[in-house]
Amino acid sequence: MMETAIEIRDLVTHYGDREILRDVSFSIPRGRTTVILGGSGCGKSTLLKHLIGLLRPTKGAILINGMDITVMKEEELNGVRKRMGVLFQGAALLNSMTLADNVALPIREHTRLEESTIQIMVRMKLDLVGLSGFEDFYPSQLSGGMKKRAGIARAMALDPEFLFLDEPSAGLDPVTAAGLDELILKLRNVFKMTIVAVTHELSSLYTIADHVVMLDRGQVIFKGSLEGLRASDDPRIRGFLNRRPEAESYSPEDYFRFIAGD
Amino acid sequence: MKPSVVEHLVGPLGRKTISTLRAVHHASRLINSSFYWAFLSPFRGRRLRVRASVSEIVKAGYNSVPIVAVISLFVGIILALQSAYQLKKVGALIYVANLVGVSITRELGPILTAIIVAGRSGSAFAAEIGSMKAAEEVDALVSMGINPVHFLVVPKLFALMLMMPALTVISDCIGIFGGFLLSTTVLEIHPYNYFQQTVNALLVKDVVTGLVKALAFGVVITIVGAYHGFAVEGGAEEVGRRTTASVVASIFLVIVFDLFFTALFYFFT
Ligand SMILES: Nc1ncnc2c1ncn2[C@@H]1O[C@H](COP(=O)(O)OP(=O)(O)O)[C@@H](O)[C@H]1O
Ligand SMILES: [Mg+2]
Repeated sequence: MMETAIEIRDLVTHYGDREILRDVSFSIPRGRTTVILGGSGCGKSTLLKHLIGLLRPTKGAILINGMDITVMKEEELNGVRKRMGVLFQGAALLNSMTLADNVALPIREHTRLEESTIQIMVRMKLDLVGLSGFEDFYPSQLSGGMKKRAGIARAMALDPEFLFLDEPSAGLDPVTAAGLDELILKLRNVFKMTIVAVTHELSSLYTIADHVVMLDRGQVIFKGSLEGLRASDDPRIRGFLNRRPEAESYSPEDYFRFIAGD
Repeated sequence: MKPSVVEHLVGPLGRKTISTLRAVHHASRLINSSFYWAFLSPFRGRRLRVRASVSEIVKAGYNSVPIVAVISLFVGIILALQSAYQLKKVGALIYVANLVGVSITRELGPILTAIIVAGRSGSAFAAEIGSMKAAEEVDALVSMGINPVHFLVVPKLFALMLMMPALTVISDCIGIFGGFLLSTTVLEIHPYNYFQQTVNALLVKDVVTGLVKALAFGVVITIVGAYHGFAVEGGAEEVGRRTTASVVASIFLVIVFDLFFTALFYFFT
């Protein structure tokens, strides 16, 4: 049996009055890559933001190494965050700083290391993601794939125990996307990290996933192995895996919101 | 069921009240954490962001010097002309010096500087923080365990608390110089007389109250800019809207605070 690193229990979340996640429960095994799969707008990013303590749920618990982060004070949460690395959907590098400074930011913030040591660490992290030589570039000078790599370098700065990736290969050309998937595999194999990746790309899913959780309209419709997912005969899963277009089915409430432009 | 007339009248009022109260709540939390991170956390072993503060000082302060200087010079000249227009009639032309000196140091220096800084720096703060919010950069800071107020707002607060009074001193000096320039040439007042008259007219109190106001305006502009920046939820077009809103709101609040301080100084000094 695999050891559980993160456990999500009956998570319910809202934006305003609108329910985004409904009774989401699953667990994330340690040292493996868990892929959270689902169509656009089904609440993947929202779920990820709860896992890193950026948003607080309406109800439910998130246990990281057995401790519930949903009831932690900000100070305590910062302690947990030091052990997490996060790649945001748009990489979210600070545009006013060079790549080197971006990667150095968490190190400077949380350690009192010598500047020369920090420089070496930064070079190592950029080397790891294949961006050595780009230290003095600004984020605006990089391509989409390079930004994501740089985002991963920053997430890796403090050698985290957990790595959270929001759509690491979305919006990239197939070759670049495959390169990022390779990088994620390498990170898992070399550093034995617990990786949680959100995606809607099937190619990524097949390359990186050890464990899959599938969301549909804020609910978990599948959790288990890749083989299990392939063997499932749930029409929603089959539709997703076979890229079958789904009739846009809004609930009357959602449709009203849609036409009311809200 | 159609909403009744009463609902039409009272509904918007209630919604407006609730949203205003929420804004006040958010703003006061922002003020609270800005002051905590600026003045209390350094005593608890948190680092001061010296480099970021210096860079903000250069951006907000140093780069504003030319525009503050030019506007103050012009306003000094205008003020001298306008007061001469009246004082000439009663043959008290020399009192131009008093009028220019006192109104610039007590009122116009701080308020002109504040309006320029609100337009230049307040809007830049809102745009910078707003676009970082839209690009999830603020979320990224939080996820790295970095407090966004500490990282983004405190250097700006230090910069404006320091530079608003400094720019006001420059504005005072150059404004008075503008009045001097006009009076000694067009109005043919003897330079030495004008100088003496100004020195006699100005009290330390006048200058100090002006600088106290400037300091308060600096805080107002920073907080309003940061508030509107953090309030961005959506994308680029909201950044633009918030930037404009921040300039309007900070100029309005600067005037409100000016009224408050002027009344305070009038009755209690
Ligand atoms: N800040 C927000 N405020 C209100 N609604 C939001 C916000 N962020 C996302 N949503 C809505 O929540 C739903 C889930 O969004 P998200 O988690 O970003 O989806 P995904 O990452 O799966 O594409 C979407 O319908 C989106 O419109
Ligand atoms: Mg998303």
